[in-house]
Amino acid sequence: MSFIDALNLFIKASFIENMVLAYFLGMCSYLAVSKSVSTAFGLGLAVIFVLSITLPINWLVLNYVLAEGGVFGTDLTFLKLIVFIAVIASMVQLVEMVIERFSPSLYNSLGIFLPLITVNCAILGGSLFMEAREYNFGEAVVFGVGSGFGFFLAIVAIAAIREKIRYSHVPAPLRGLGIAFIITGLMGIAFMSFMGIKL
Amino acid sequence: MADTATASSGTLMGKKERRLLTDPFNDNNPITVQVLGICSALAVTSALKPSLVMAIAVVFVCAFSNLAISLLRKGIPGRIRMIVQLTVIAALVTLVEQSLKAFQYDLYKQLSVYVGLIITNCIIMGRLEAFAMGNKPWQSFLDGVGNGVGYGVILLAVAFFREFLGKGQIFGYQLLGEWYVGNALMLAPPAAMFIIGLIIWFQRARNTELVDVS
Repeated sequence: MSFIDALNLFIKASFIENMVLAYFLGMCSYLAVSKSVSTAFGLGLAVIFVLSITLPINWLVLNYVLAEGGVFGTDLTFLKLIVFIAVIASMVQLVEMVIERFSPSLYNSLGIFLPLITVNCAILGGSLFMEAREYNFGEAVVFGVGSGFGFFLAIVAIAAIREKIRYSHVPAPLRGLGIAFIITGLMGIAFMSFMGIKL
Repeated sequence: MADTATASSGTLMGKKERRLLTDPFNDNNPITVQVLGICSALAVTSALKPSLVMAIAVVFVCAFSNLAISLLRKGIPGRIRMIVQLTVIAALVTLVEQSLKAFQYDLYKQLSVYVGLIITNCIIMGRLEAFAMGNKPWQSFLDGVGNGVGYGVILLAVAFFREFLGKGQIFGYQLLGEWYVGNALMLAPPAAMFIIGLIIWFQRARNTELVDVS
């Protein structure tokens, strides 16, 4: 895979097929942790990190353990959901312990949403897309980093918008969650304009 | 959240049990109030049929994973609880996926990765953490059904508007005549966001307790 191919895939994963804005993956933490930019920044970094570790690991597991020519010699791909999620859960627990040790303030502000990174659809979605699109190892690595970066961009952007919008006259029932959904929709339309970019 | 309080009563369908089942439909809706489970399903809401299948699958997985975790709750060590919970959920989702593959192959193709993504539907994991880990099996089962249905209701509402306005169809039947030009925006992803935003607006305008003060 040449450098240009890799760059193309990166741009595709982070802008054109943005996990949040085009596929709605990772919505829960995206909406719940986007009240301030600093927390959103932390969560975004955690997601990039977890995605770029779990994708290559899951690729190796899928191709060398579960696939027909793998260690067991039979087709075990029907187990892929359980295996993928086990890999992801253990990686998240690892990240959780590291953050708890080195940044207690970030740990406290992420609260329940740190364990919920495990059930962040973007993470499992990345692995499932990787399997469905039959990426090779290099592509899997680039796709992991790229889609993590896309999530990071989206969550930091919405957090910044939500910080600003606190001073606007939003109708009371629409405040908070309601307006966040509508802003996300508008961001989605904006990101649709990246469609067709190719280097 | 008030629902974390331990529910207990002698009867099978007491007042508390009924509230567990019906609260998630409106005042404690998983999507519009608890902000959970928006992820895996919005992309399937461009038509009613896949949404209905998705909703049924989520009710099934949510109810039975709540039941299973509630039965196991005393034997699960705190440190590895996430992995145990996910294994239970993943096993149930694999069941759903394989039966869809066997009996409804077209729908399986259409839903593609989103069936697998039921695992990461935060409603299910969220209910396990917030409810099933501290409550009896029967209450947990009801809570699971309630939240699954509360989720399905929103899903079907969104799908109804998207399919009706986008194609003039309901469940694939053409309701509006040839004069109706479909609104392509309704079939595009952002439309789902707008519709949920409007549903939240409507719900909070009616029930002012839910209004976000911050």
